[in-house]
Amino acid sequence: MSIKDFVKQVHAKKIDVVKNTKEALCALEGINSKHHFMTVVSSDLALAQANAVAKNPKGRLAGLPITVKDCILVKGVESTASSAVLKGYVPLFSATVIDRLIKEGAIILGKTVQDEFGFGTFCLNVGKGIEVPTHPIDPTHVCGGSSGGSGGITRAANFVHASIAETTGGSIESPAAFCGVVGMCPTWGTVSRYGLIDYASSLDKIGPMAKSVEDAKLVWEVMIGQDEKDSTSVKHPQEKTALKTVGVIRALVDKADPEVKQRIKEAEELFKKQGIKLIDIDLPITERYAIETYYVLALAEASTNLAKYCGMRYGATEKLEGDFNEYFSTVREKYFGAEAKRRILLGTFARMAGHRDALYIQAAKVRRLIINEYKKEFQKCQVLLSPTMPITAPKRSDIEKLTPLQHYAMDLMTVGPNLAGIPHISVPVGESKGLPVGAMLMADHFEEHVLFDAATIIEKKDTN
Amino acid sequence: MDVDEKLLRQIAKNARLHLSDAEVKTFTPQLADVLKAFSKLKDAPTKGVEPAFHPIDLPAHERKDSPGPCLSQDDALSLTPHKKDGFFKGPKAIDK
Repeated sequence: MSIKDFVKQVHAKKIDVVKNTKEALCALEGINSKHHFMTVVSSDLALAQANAVAKNPKGRLAGLPITVKDCILVKGVESTASSAVLKGYVPLFSATVIDRLIKEGAIILGKTVQDEFGFGTFCLNVGKGIEVPTHPIDPTHVCGGSSGGSGGITRAANFVHASIAETTGGSIESPAAFCGVVGMCPTWGTVSRYGLIDYASSLDKIGPMAKSVEDAKLVWEVMIGQDEKDSTSVKHPQEKTALKTVGVIRALVDKADPEVKQRIKEAEELFKKQGIKLIDIDLPITERYAIETYYVLALAEASTNLAKYCGMRYGATEKLEGDFNEYFSTVREKYFGAEAKRRILLGTFARMAGHRDALYIQAAKVRRLIINEYKKEFQKCQVLLSPTMPITAPKRSDIEKLTPLQHYAMDLMTVGPNLAGIPHISVPVGESKGLPVGAMLMADHFEEHVLFDAATIIEKKDTN
Repeated sequence: MDVDEKLLRQIAKNARLHLSDAEVKTFTPQLADVLKAFSKLKDAPTKGVEPAFHPIDLPAHERKDSPGPCLSQDDALSLTPHKKDGFFKGPKAIDK
């Protein structure tokens, strides 16, 4: 059942919201015991919300069970970005996006596992003490990351559901492609980041994951809106452009595994059948420099954003011993995981005197070139197409052999649109050897409507 | 870009992050590998290009400078055991 039909039935009181929520929580517990998608199942909050909605079944998402990535604050529910350094942190307020969803009747079932602070492509870099989630189809494979729990539960849920996730360089897109669900990233700034545990502020975007394009669009419509509490948030102009031409980023298609490439070619045929013109396009600067540009900027920002975790005001603490530097350094050593430490070190180096101009400032200049490159192509077409990931969900044992640099290189297809801040969406377009394949569509800033139109044309609903 | 254990320990000090000797041994070649890849950026044609610190132009967006609801002192202190007399208590700042 679609979210739209579910909400209609709730409005008409044909669905018992409390009963449905209890069944969803029961199903979630069962799935979680097998796959470890959740950090917290918030049963008490969900049932209280369900009772409130049952009494007053209104709102665009009335009664809809949702899960929320661990880095997005929900008042009264432990929110740690899956890091031990925030163990025990129970927020005193909710993110603006959560308030908006609750106001429209959504019911929060719990928080989903992620790579610690979003630091990963496969959801293997979870914080100390947290179980790695396993792929919903084959548990020897990874779910993708960093929003691995959101991707996994969206695929595995046998009830009407959506997940609220976050992407910095591919954290919605990778798990969407690997798990065979829809994952959507809005234009940077159009969804408030107030109450998001930040990774890299100039790159972070909150977006929906759902079983269909229609479901994702319905949830996105509730999430967007300027917010007084986030000075970088902007109003969405709701422009509606007709889809006439799709640009295929051929070099990226050619870099994908043969069966992934074949699924993308089949998606191209679906566009052709609708009378949409296809052109090949090149993004030479993006192809050559996007990975390095992304990692320099993201890690420089992360190293400053994570400076606040020092064991004093919230989260993990230790006995107050030594001076400030000694205490902070001890807490951070004990509670950050290996990848968080690596990224803090790299980001700190990129900002140090003598290296800042060559790395951080230079990367920000290349980012300008990358944004301009996408803008130029959007003068020729409304939507761009590439694979989301070059491969299907890999085996955990294979990923554990990668060096950090090889791991970072896997983001080749997703970092470009994230640097440019353009809206994009990963859509299931079939399978390869039983595992899902995702196609990624991108549109110009604020052109989400044409993005959803294009996604509807190629989505393969039979994979779920 | 050359990264040795001495430089790595200096970066860690700047980042307020203790590292074990085993971590220093593991991270040193990994950072050298990644920073070598980052050095490719110097070849990009950026002469005369303005850096982009955000992906879109942000309009000036200011709130009225007037008081509004905020966390109470008790709430703000409720998440830590390190507090005294209504204030956060931190490690010592200066040696006597």
